[in-house]
Amino acid sequence: MNARKGGARMTGERTYLEAIRDAMDEEMARDPNVLLLGEDIGAFGGAFKVTDGLMAKYGESRVIDTPISEAGIVGAAAGAAHMGMRPIVELQFIDFISCAYDMLTNYVATARYRAFLPCPMVVRGPSGGYVRGGPFHSQNPEAAFLHTPGLKIVYPSTAADAKGLMKAAVRDDDCVLFFEHKYLYRRVKEVMPAGDHVVPIGKARLAREGTDVSIITYAATVWRALEAAELLQSEYGISVEVLDLRSLLPLDDEAIEATVRKTNRLLIVHEDTRTGGIAGEITARVSETCFDWLDAPILRVTAADVPLPYSPPLEDYVLPQTSDIVRAVRRLAAY
Amino acid sequence: MARAGKAPARSKGAAVAVTRPSDALSREQRIALYRYMRLTRVLEERLVALYRQTKVVGGLFRSLGQEADAVGSAFALEQRDVLSPLIRNLGAMLVKGATPLEVLRQYMAKGNSPTRGRELNIHFGDTETRNFIGQISHLGDMVPVMAGVTLSFRLRGEERVGLVYIGDGATSTGAFHEGINFAAVQRCPLVVIVENNGYAYSTPTNKQTAAKQFVDKAIGYGIVGVQADGNDVLAVYDVTKEAVDRARRGEGVTLVELMTYRRKGHAEHDNQSYQPVREIERWAEENDPIDRYVKVLRDTQGVTDDELAAIEADIVALVDSATDEADASPMPEPTDALVGVYADPAIVPPLWFRESVRSAVDANERAQGWGTYDG
Repeated sequence: MNARKGGARMTGERTYLEAIRDAMDEEMARDPNVLLLGEDIGAFGGAFKVTDGLMAKYGESRVIDTPISEAGIVGAAAGAAHMGMRPIVELQFIDFISCAYDMLTNYVATARYRAFLPCPMVVRGPSGGYVRGGPFHSQNPEAAFLHTPGLKIVYPSTAADAKGLMKAAVRDDDCVLFFEHKYLYRRVKEVMPAGDHVVPIGKARLAREGTDVSIITYAATVWRALEAAELLQSEYGISVEVLDLRSLLPLDDEAIEATVRKTNRLLIVHEDTRTGGIAGEITARVSETCFDWLDAPILRVTAADVPLPYSPPLEDYVLPQTSDIVRAVRRLAAY
Repeated sequence: MARAGKAPARSKGAAVAVTRPSDALSREQRIALYRYMRLTRVLEERLVALYRQTKVVGGLFRSLGQEADAVGSAFALEQRDVLSPLIRNLGAMLVKGATPLEVLRQYMAKGNSPTRGRELNIHFGDTETRNFIGQISHLGDMVPVMAGVTLSFRLRGEERVGLVYIGDGATSTGAFHEGINFAAVQRCPLVVIVENNGYAYSTPTNKQTAAKQFVDKAIGYGIVGVQADGNDVLAVYDVTKEAVDRARRGEGVTLVELMTYRRKGHAEHDNQSYQPVREIERWAEENDPIDRYVKVLRDTQGVTDDELAAIEADIVALVDSATDEADASPMPEPTDALVGVYADPAIVPPLWFRESVRSAVDANERAQGWGTYDG
């Protein structure tokens, strides 16, 4: 791991949040067609300050404060994208993406296929839990869009990937949903790779090499998986490989198959709820392509199937914890 | 609530000008308005015939009695302006340059239709040269989209205008509200036309809104609102042209309510049982937009029977040859279904059980006559 979590900042380090801002800044400087749309993103800099300073730098015509109208904003971004702009839409919390579900799934996702209309746009927003945000400020709605051909979905776990994937998303000729984990915003930081750092969409990242059990995960639970892997190695001598998906649509089938064929044991971890989550899709793919390589059933560690509650004992109980991952890996290793 | 067959008076909200924008139209342009309205009607009548022959795949949607609203409004745009039509705006699309051949191929699901068989009916567009964008079925969605299209014009300093239609029914959607409000706040060069044809499928306007008239909604958005007789093609042209000019001058959004009447059902299969007795007939007899305009052309332009007959012959010949060509056009290649969901990857790989199978129906099955497998 080259990223660091917590602790004092070293020279030249950028947080996950700053990395996203840097990427948008660099893309706006590179391409005059890139513009930002969202609620309170201008002079105020956004609820989490992700766009802080960008209005001062690029002006009100490229950093546009909008009414509270998620469907309106996403629809307007699509129209501007048809005309050659490259809008980046901020949803104040990704929980509000459901207000734009129709626009994204019916209009945006189908535009190229049904009408040959380019729709290059990014829809981004703070996602995820572990922050005591309650049912409407903690969601992970990625699986609701996984089922929609025409969209792309990325969900980085490191600051460098956040930057590189944002740049790739802005340059992509289709709509990319960019999930940002708010727990990681200021907790994860690292020195950025030099130059024009672009991370290709659709490529997973091997976060830790191992030989006994594979964990496939993404976003905040990558860090829990890495913590569990350290513990499993030191306490139980189990060598765990951790694959950080980074992109959820398209999935990196090649990397998924490679790690399963290497360790023959697979645990899928996600913070999203269980039923209909991405783990189910990955499980189906692995069973279709790697059945002969499996020495154990595929297991899942996910949130429980409940709306995410607010109070710490409740939230901690519902969301996947490091100890859950340790328990699941030990069960797989014992097979 | 039964709707009177009388045209409403021209709105108090409309600009009271000594000269009307339509005064500047040449005789040739005035005849073009007629031609587009007749072409709309003849083409739709041809589609009805093809529908009954089962050559139209899926539903058929008519704009009978609303041709003036579509044609007169689109005629106020320039080529560079972008139009976003609805299902009853075939006439507007023809004005923008859509061809009968394209429309026929669309309705017949042909492989060389403008959407290559991916979308139905007049859900198609062209943003390269003619500048119209196909609608989706989720009514109201095109309003935010056109807010964005016209936002890009304003941001780039292009003197282009957008025109989006919304039905009386879809003014009840959230997308309409979000889109028109966004466009109003951003002072987008957008004209929003509410086509009040009395019905959303079977629902009359008094079950759609408690507002006395749709034009009143403009006040709430802080934009100009005007109302006009949608069956008077020159009145439609006048209010739309004024709205387009305002937008081009940077004065923002106008809501235009056009009063018209839907004489056919929501789609061809709709028996219109909910429309009061004699209502449809009264509109047909007393307020047909084409009949009304023919009288205007005769009275003010001295248009003769011979001229009208020549136009008719020209339209019929055009629709005839387009019908033949569309009918002879190939259906799409099945595997084209996998192309172009994304720019990259450009093609979706076939599912394993369709690998090296070019059709959904293999040698052991019959495309027609399911249940009579006799292999």
